[in-house]
Amino acid sequence: MEYTILILLLPILSFLILALAGMKMPHRVAGFIGTLSLGAVAVLSYVTAYGYFTQPRSAGGTFATLMPYNFEWLPFTPALHIDMGILLDPISVMMLVVISTVSFMVHIYSFGYMKGEKEFQRYYAFLSLFTFSMLGLVVATNIFQMYVFWELVGVSSYLLIGFYYTKPEAISASKKAFIVTRFADLGFLIGILIYGYYVGTFTFAPATENLMQGALMLPWALGLMFVGGAGKSSMFPLHIWLPDAMEGPTPVSALIHAATMVVAGVYQVARLFPLYIAYAPETLHIVAYVGAFTAFYAVSVACAQSDIKRVLAFSTISQIGFMMVALGVCTGMPSHEGGLGNMASMFHLFTHAMFKALLFLGAGCIIHAVHSNEMSTMGGLRKYMPITHITFLIACLAISGIPPFSGFFSKDEILTACFAFSPVMGYVMTFIAGMTAFYMFRLYYGIFWGRENKELHAEHVPHECPLTMTFPLMVLAAVTCVAGFIPFGHFVTGDGLSYDIHLESSVAVTSCVVAVIAIALATFMYARSSQPVADSLARRFPRLHEAAYRRFYMDEIWLFVTKRIIFRCVSTPLAWFDRHVIDGFMNFLAWSTRASGEEVQPMQSGRIQSYVLWFLSGIIVLTLILLAV
Amino acid sequence: MNILSLFVLIPALMMLGLWIARNVNQVRGGMVTGASALLVLAVGLAVTYLHMRAGGASGEMLFTDSVMWYAPLHICYSVGVDGISVVMLLLSAVIVFTGTFASWKLKPLTKEYFLWFTLLSTGVFGFFITTDLFTMFMFYEVALIPMYLLIGVWGSGRKEYAAMKLTLMLMGGSAFLLIGILGIYYGAGAQTMNILDIARLHIPTAMQHIFFPAVFLGFGVLGALFPFHTWSPDGHASAPTAVSMLHAGVLMKLGGYGCFRIAMYLMPEGLAAWGDFFLVLTTISVVYGAFSAVVQTDLKYINAYSSVSHCGLVLFALQMMTRTSCTGAILQMLSHGLMTALFFALIGMIYGRTHTRDVRQLSGLMKIMPFLSVGYVIAGLANLGLPGLSGFIAEMTVFVGSFEHPDFFHRACTVIATMSIVITAVYILRVVGKILYGTCRNPEHLKLTDATWDERFAVICLIVYVAGLGLAPWWVSDTISFSVAPIVSHLNISCLPL
Repeated sequence: MEYTILILLLPILSFLILALAGMKMPHRVAGFIGTLSLGAVAVLSYVTAYGYFTQPRSAGGTFATLMPYNFEWLPFTPALHIDMGILLDPISVMMLVVISTVSFMVHIYSFGYMKGEKEFQRYYAFLSLFTFSMLGLVVATNIFQMYVFWELVGVSSYLLIGFYYTKPEAISASKKAFIVTRFADLGFLIGILIYGYYVGTFTFAPATENLMQGALMLPWALGLMFVGGAGKSSMFPLHIWLPDAMEGPTPVSALIHAATMVVAGVYQVARLFPLYIAYAPETLHIVAYVGAFTAFYAVSVACAQSDIKRVLAFSTISQIGFMMVALGVCTGMPSHEGGLGNMASMFHLFTHAMFKALLFLGAGCIIHAVHSNEMSTMGGLRKYMPITHITFLIACLAISGIPPFSGFFSKDEILTACFAFSPVMGYVMTFIAGMTAFYMFRLYYGIFWGRENKELHAEHVPHECPLTMTFPLMVLAAVTCVAGFIPFGHFVTGDGLSYDIHLESSVAVTSCVVAVIAIALATFMYARSSQPVADSLARRFPRLHEAAYRRFYMDEIWLFVTKRIIFRCVSTPLAWFDRHVIDGFMNFLAWSTRASGEEVQPMQSGRIQSYVLWFLSGIIVLTLILLAV
Repeated sequence: MNILSLFVLIPALMMLGLWIARNVNQVRGGMVTGASALLVLAVGLAVTYLHMRAGGASGEMLFTDSVMWYAPLHICYSVGVDGISVVMLLLSAVIVFTGTFASWKLKPLTKEYFLWFTLLSTGVFGFFITTDLFTMFMFYEVALIPMYLLIGVWGSGRKEYAAMKLTLMLMGGSAFLLIGILGIYYGAGAQTMNILDIARLHIPTAMQHIFFPAVFLGFGVLGALFPFHTWSPDGHASAPTAVSMLHAGVLMKLGGYGCFRIAMYLMPEGLAAWGDFFLVLTTISVVYGAFSAVVQTDLKYINAYSSVSHCGLVLFALQMMTRTSCTGAILQMLSHGLMTALFFALIGMIYGRTHTRDVRQLSGLMKIMPFLSVGYVIAGLANLGLPGLSGFIAEMTVFVGSFEHPDFFHRACTVIATMSIVITAVYILRVVGKILYGTCRNPEHLKLTDATWDERFAVICLIVYVAGLGLAPWWVSDTISFSVAPIVSHLNISCLPL
């Protein structure tokens, strides 16, 4: 598996070439360099996956964990050091496939989407940088390497969100994304420090005696690391950056903010899963509750948004919530069956990456066609854009959980795991899954059916996109159609032993029925050109609608905290204090030295008489003192 | 002659050459020759040093030599380097070299400017090579005085005020320092001024309690320790570009270096007694500097407060007294020196074109001067600790090392100090968003041009060093750690990992 190093080297090489010499190249050449290197990475990832999963299993029935590279990058102490290397195990190999596939598709797609963009080369350079960082993150051999690439991913996301850097919204969105995730990463860092100190190593699988000695602090360390994961995966209340991040180019949203970077938090929990299960099951359940609440919050907001990318952003948030829930409901008893949620989560991560990238790329085609994100400018687009329409519909059906599309299978496993944990969790998640179907079809009808904005379309007739853009859609749609039949449980599981995926008939039927009802409801409310039910509901509950539209005022709360409290109540007074009190004291010292000098100065008058007077009085005083003694 | 003496001899020859130079080109020629010679010398020294260590040289200091020059007080010109001073010499040589290019077009009085600039670097180099307390103090003063003239004559804004303030505050610090040095000398039995020899003696505990804070504060003023940091914003804001670079890049490191090599090394019991007090002060420095930087509107003020925060982290890490944290402190000095020099160079170049450093008046520079703007973004990312650039490795070593300290209070302070990395992101991105992104609102600025070759050269040099340190940290880290070990074990804390 030595060739896996190329998976990391090719993207960084293409980044360096494009960053240093890109601006002098024609657009086409720059695009080819980026795309070809990513194509090679994708092929290498498939070869790696094939090689890895066809190797014989070990005696215990698991796949061996391989580490073809690992060298000491930054030593701290003999026990603690940051290593850089490549770790291959089922989840990292699965992630390699996901990332390289989606990234490759996005590279092809961007040829069409970014055509004529002035800084096309810079765009491809950043895409390569991002892909490199993300791949480095998933193959990390230790928690600190993960953190290193975690930060790199954050910066490449910052650069890509702010790609249109002359737009004020893009500037503030990129800043917000970086700072919110940085804030969360503080938790990650402190978690790593605690882990390193108490367990005495940064590796993912420390020796048992090390773990025993740190067992008491492990829940804290893992909990704090999860804060970092929650920031990247936009869990409530750290989700606020993701909807704004939609200011970036749409292919970027598909790659970073739907398929890869935002699942880094899920990946992190999955990576540390053995530690959670053995030492911090309560922390794991907190993950589940956070995920469930986030999923619910996000679907309710998604129902009221009018910007199609925002709807998809909230949809992403809620789907990641699903993955978190699936991980969180795992229990150690019985160890194999209890770990079903882990497999379900990874499966959902895989299928979601494909269909959500498809949705975003489809949305990109639509935006490309109508030059707006607002649903009001769309409606009735199905006759103008047939390929986009069909592929978008497939993705909608998949995310709603309709068989035989991939989302159905993975969501079904998640719901099964939830029901095994507690019936309440199971029903809540089923309900949220139903709402997912509802808002997705609200979106679908709003774009492709519903009330057509005829004036706008007459002025500028929407058209189907070029093949560079529709080809990735078709590929991803094909994957979405068949991915559900992959025997995922044989490859990627929590404890390495394989599951036979069988459909729990009660769960599958319930979720299907709920989804179909929700879709029917959405059809009833939004499919026609007039929407009396939806409008009257919005009129009847104006407050609720407004609150949902404004995302329950979470941004306002955060703005209050940052602008009012940090900026105005901490920094401004501190700066004033520094200038006027501390520096004032220094200036006072200088002033008082000078002033006392000026006070004493008249004594040096040059008049002999006054000197004699002082001299005499001095002698008298001294004499008196001497006499008194 | 000892190879180390060349570090003082070359600047002296440079000054002679500058003195007889008759026009600007000869001045530049002399500077470039001299600065390159210093850089080559520093690299050569580093390579030789590493080679000797690899060959098994085990002395605490290498290249040692000693010449008595004032017998009654046992003052010697004694030199010697270990891993810490080697990397500091390398840093100084890099900054002097790039600073020369950053002030390529400086006018008026070019010759005089470079004369003082070279004198300043003589002091800096001399400080890092000596192992004699008094000689060290002398070089320290040599480095301070030219600063007054460089800011007062070639500065901008309220330059006389700033120059006076800076000089007086640092002089105040060195008054404490002189008291402390004499205290050490007499406390140790008044037979030697050599640090290595004094370290073997025992200074009475009561005297350590008195003189430790004097020395630590004396150097701390230069290291921008709260609440003695206020010279830094005014001083940097008024100083010409290369002087800011040299000052923030190297001179402030004299503070941290002195705290470590003199105050802590020679008076461990004083450190034990005063540790908590200084820990609180340095923790405040770290967080306070960062928060203050958030609301500043002058680019150089932002950077000056950022330096307060980052240099605070150096002194903070030293307080932790573990081998890793002290290695981190030295790494942080190195990293801060490089990236702050880069920052000040870029700010100077931007200021030279726009004639303003006010964040509110600058916008959309990315389109107008892409090279400088990209450089600024890279400097910013290094400052906020992006992996792959130097800031990350230094901060991580500091944090991991500090967290090793078993005391709960120390660890709580570490957690507070880590907060600074978030605040750093806030002020860096705020500035980047305001001045580089967006569209340019000032029509005057649209006519400006991007960097010239000399500026590009200086910036690229610094970026290469920042990235080099960030990408291949292990050899620097190993070199420093090796030399930190004897000093830390001398501090004699039972909880050390090694």
